[in-house]
Amino acid sequence: MTQPLTLFDKIWAQHEVLKAENGNSLLWVDRHLLHEGSFQGFDKVEARGVRVARPDLTFAIADHYVPTGHDRAFRDPSLKHMVEQLTDNTRRHGIALIGLNDPRQGIVHVVGPEQGLTLPGLLLVCGDSHTATHGALGALAFGIGASEVSHVLMTQTLWQKKPRRMRVTVDGKCASGVGAKDIALSVIARIGTNGGQGYAIEYAGRAIRALTIEGRLTLCNLAIEAGARTGMATPDDTTFAYIEGRAFAPKGDDFARAVEVWQGLASDSDAEFDKEVSLDASAIAPVVTWGTSPEDALPIDGAVPDPAQEEDPGRAQQMQGALDYMGLTARQKLTDIRVDRVFIGSCTNSRIEDLRAAAAVLAGRKAKVPGLVSPGSTVVKQQAEQEGLDKVFMAAGLEWAESGCSMCLGLNGDLVAPGERCASTTNRNFRGRQGPGARTHLMSPAMVAAAAVSGHLADVRPLLKERA
Amino acid sequence: MAKLEQFKMQPFVRLTGTAVALRRDNVDTDQILPARYLKVARADGLAEALFRDLRQDANGKLRPDFPLNDPDRQNASIMIARHNFGVGSSREAAVYTIVDNGFRVVAATSFGDIFAGNSVNNGLVAAIVTPEDIEKLLSAVEQTGKAEVDLEELTIRSGNYVVPFTIDPARRTRLLNGWDDLDLTLQHAKEIEAFAVKDRTLRPWAVPVA
Repeated sequence: MTQPLTLFDKIWAQHEVLKAENGNSLLWVDRHLLHEGSFQGFDKVEARGVRVARPDLTFAIADHYVPTGHDRAFRDPSLKHMVEQLTDNTRRHGIALIGLNDPRQGIVHVVGPEQGLTLPGLLLVCGDSHTATHGALGALAFGIGASEVSHVLMTQTLWQKKPRRMRVTVDGKCASGVGAKDIALSVIARIGTNGGQGYAIEYAGRAIRALTIEGRLTLCNLAIEAGARTGMATPDDTTFAYIEGRAFAPKGDDFARAVEVWQGLASDSDAEFDKEVSLDASAIAPVVTWGTSPEDALPIDGAVPDPAQEEDPGRAQQMQGALDYMGLTARQKLTDIRVDRVFIGSCTNSRIEDLRAAAAVLAGRKAKVPGLVSPGSTVVKQQAEQEGLDKVFMAAGLEWAESGCSMCLGLNGDLVAPGERCASTTNRNFRGRQGPGARTHLMSPAMVAAAAVSGHLADVRPLLKERA
Repeated sequence: MAKLEQFKMQPFVRLTGTAVALRRDNVDTDQILPARYLKVARADGLAEALFRDLRQDANGKLRPDFPLNDPDRQNASIMIARHNFGVGSSREAAVYTIVDNGFRVVAATSFGDIFAGNSVNNGLVAAIVTPEDIEKLLSAVEQTGKAEVDLEELTIRSGNYVVPFTIDPARRTRLLNGWDDLDLTLQHAKEIEAFAVKDRTLRPWAVPVA
């Protein structure tokens, strides 16, 4: 009798080169994705004077510093240097580069799945905390630091302590106007930004299976905001249909054989998890964040919490600090919070489905505030333009840009000004995340569109009903 | 080319030093090292980036109420924070800027997973202390300005308090010896090679189609 295993256990075991006496495992890495920020890892490789072990399994994508203007002109030579440095490092080591002017360019966590680099059962790493995104296809994917990047570059392996297993089960059906972002923020609000620390999360349940791949990518993307380095969903027919025909994925008979293997990548029915969390999708309303941590998330019909009602004095102090930074008043209705601008983009919510959801709200309406829409990849951009979504955004008064990490963290100069309030489809509302002094409210693309046309945080559901 | 040898990992056994109390929860990586410093190579100097937007106002003036600006704590090597330190991004430069300011220990009730991994790779002790004990430590350090950290005994001492801390045993061993992961891995080069060959036949679909 064999021990029942989770999806995570199965993939982990397949990648274990060896287990050391201290309990840590040396894991084989199937895909290593790089971006401009990976230079710290390359510097360590150079310092050792060695070569990259497996350039054939390593792919670099320019995203963090790329300009999003249509002329792709850099605002600052230091930004250009970052992109050129990636080109130089990849060229020196024979690593494939999807660079600034490549028709496949985009955000690394959009491009990986889109190009078929991400497959079920793979172990994929990248020097970026949102690497868990790729778990949506049933891969074991997690973000690593620069020392680990250099270790993978030099050995194609990584030492890891096996995390514990958490299952987040979401049953029921999401209401109209509610989606993956609302589920993800609800999970974070429930377990806290440290709730997943030391765990690998498996998302399960009817509501997860009902999600498209785009939705699952959004959900897994935010695993790190719940503290978990990795989040994953069981590969199914939706997954296989998404992968078939993608550039780097197996083709023909090879694909059919791969699907047979991937169909076995599911947790055994009697597998045990170290922690279980359950949510009812039908009880989830559109969610927005009010504070400076992703766990500061509430349904849109709520109000800003009152630190005076908080029993833990440390927590009360923390809440007051967040309200001061965000320029909010305790007990203020969330829908009374006026916004100065909106942003639609980032590895969290910039895929075609996200753009469609935002455009469905914006069509025939005018945004009351300026805003930027940056598609997740050049492929997404072209698809959106074929569908006429670019015209919807521009007719509403928003700026339609090229793809990149853009205003999620402002490395390329797409910044929210100090004191400005931004309704954003991104992943972090940390202080200064979108620029020094910037105030970020996280929400879904549909909710950002609702905020744009209302000029304040707003419930998207009535806006959708008017259409029906 | 940057000279990185100067940042080689140093063993850590025990340390008595100036300590600073940072009474904040959820100190995320964007607060530790604002994103605009991510393009700076470590060898070019990352020390000034530490808590830049908490330490200084928009005009670059030091905020006198920020604990790290206390003139008496300028040579601090031990930082006591509260809950959930180092959450967020994988940026290892968040650890570089802490270490390059002379810190060898950060104590908190929990740490971001990636931050904790990055810490050990740079000889920084990320010590986990219970919520009750962290409050004692914060108060003691605010009064005495000093602490003693013992990685063999797993204790932090300040004033009249001695509190225990936890850290993953494998990480503790590496910190005590100043071991680099890579040196260990290279001893297993043959096993890695054998794994790769076998895996190629077991999972032929796992390689990217050219």
